[in-house]
Amino acid sequence: MSSDWPLWEVFVRSKGGLAHRHVGSVHAPDKELALRHARDTYTRRLEGVSLWVVKSDEIVASDPDEAGPMFEPAEDKIYRHPTFYDIPDVVKHI
Amino acid sequence: MPSLPPIRPEDVKVAERSHSMGAFDEPEAVEAHPDPLEDAYYQYLLRLGDDALILGQRLGEWCGHAPSVEVDLSLANMALDLIGQATHILGHANNGDGDDLAFKRDVLDFKNCLLVEQPNGDFARTIVRQLLYSTWQHLQFQQLAESPDPFLSAIAAKAVKEVAYHRELAGEWTVRLGDGTEESAARMSDGLDWCWRFVPELFEVDETLEEMIARQTVPDPRGLERDYRAAISDVLGQAKLEVPPDQRPILGGRRGHHGEHLGHLLAVMQYLPRTYPDSVW
Repeated sequence: MSSDWPLWEVFVRSKGGLAHRHVGSVHAPDKELALRHARDTYTRRLEGVSLWVVKSDEIVASDPDEAGPMFEPAEDKIYRHPTFYDIPDVVKHI
Repeated sequence: MPSLPPIRPEDVKVAERSHSMGAFDEPEAVEAHPDPLEDAYYQYLLRLGDDALILGQRLGEWCGHAPSVEVDLSLANMALDLIGQATHILGHANNGDGDDLAFKRDVLDFKNCLLVEQPNGDFARTIVRQLLYSTWQHLQFQQLAESPDPFLSAIAAKAVKEVAYHRELAGEWTVRLGDGTEESAARMSDGLDWCWRFVPELFEVDETLEEMIARQTVPDPRGLERDYRAAISDVLGQAKLEVPPDQRPILGGRRGHHGEHLGHLLAVMQYLPRTYPDSVW
């Protein structure tokens, strides 16, 4: 039965957490039940205060075979890290 | 051939009493409860607690057998909510020892309504039973949360959130199965036919309940019936299911008159503590 149902990715924001974090997936026939299944599967031990579910095939993912052109060009660009600047003492928060 | 053990003096004493054991003519005097109001309160706690316990046990029977692992968890979560409620309520009824009431009473002493002891049947019947019971429990607990009795108001206020979720979940599944395939609709309709005759018992008022209502500690279920029927009709309407015609009501659970199914449920539930008394984890 559940194999007939689409897969949904589940994201939970924990109490005090700033962002939703991916925790796993559930099968469900539609979005309302996906949310209920996510609640019953992933927040049974007070893990969260907010839930997102996203249909898995709605997620656009990068192709692992394309990882070279996608990510390697960033490897030798250390000047993109903001560590080369002196911060004036008067600046308290940055 | 093994020899028989020697007859000890204690055995003789037991044997001397044996002629009167099991006799019906002189029943042992049962001590009347000192306060009839207290007795109504105790009976009321048993009803609430037994409803939760028995329905929790029924839902637990799905564990490992539900249509999918997600549904398995949904049903087990509801079961645990209900068993948690039963633990509090039966514990309060018995000076903190709810286990004694759960495991050491026999069928006739259980005061749950007949709806909750109905066998799971298929998933559709389980959902119908849940919708019919959780909707009633939700309406009931919303009012019970306002009770002047501090225990009842506290347990109802805590449980009402759990029960609201059970009601919503059962409603969502009712709509999907009723308005699903031809087969799922037929199964829901069969489930309704099975469970519908147990609905009037939820609104029955007997002496015990009258006493509790007179003390203004608990809601009068008759005042909830219109809202209940409207709510059920609404969900069934969305599910494109017919409200079944009223059948001859079946009553008696509150007085300990149960169907054949409850004994089987208790046999499984009580096996361990009866076979290994006082065993602990």
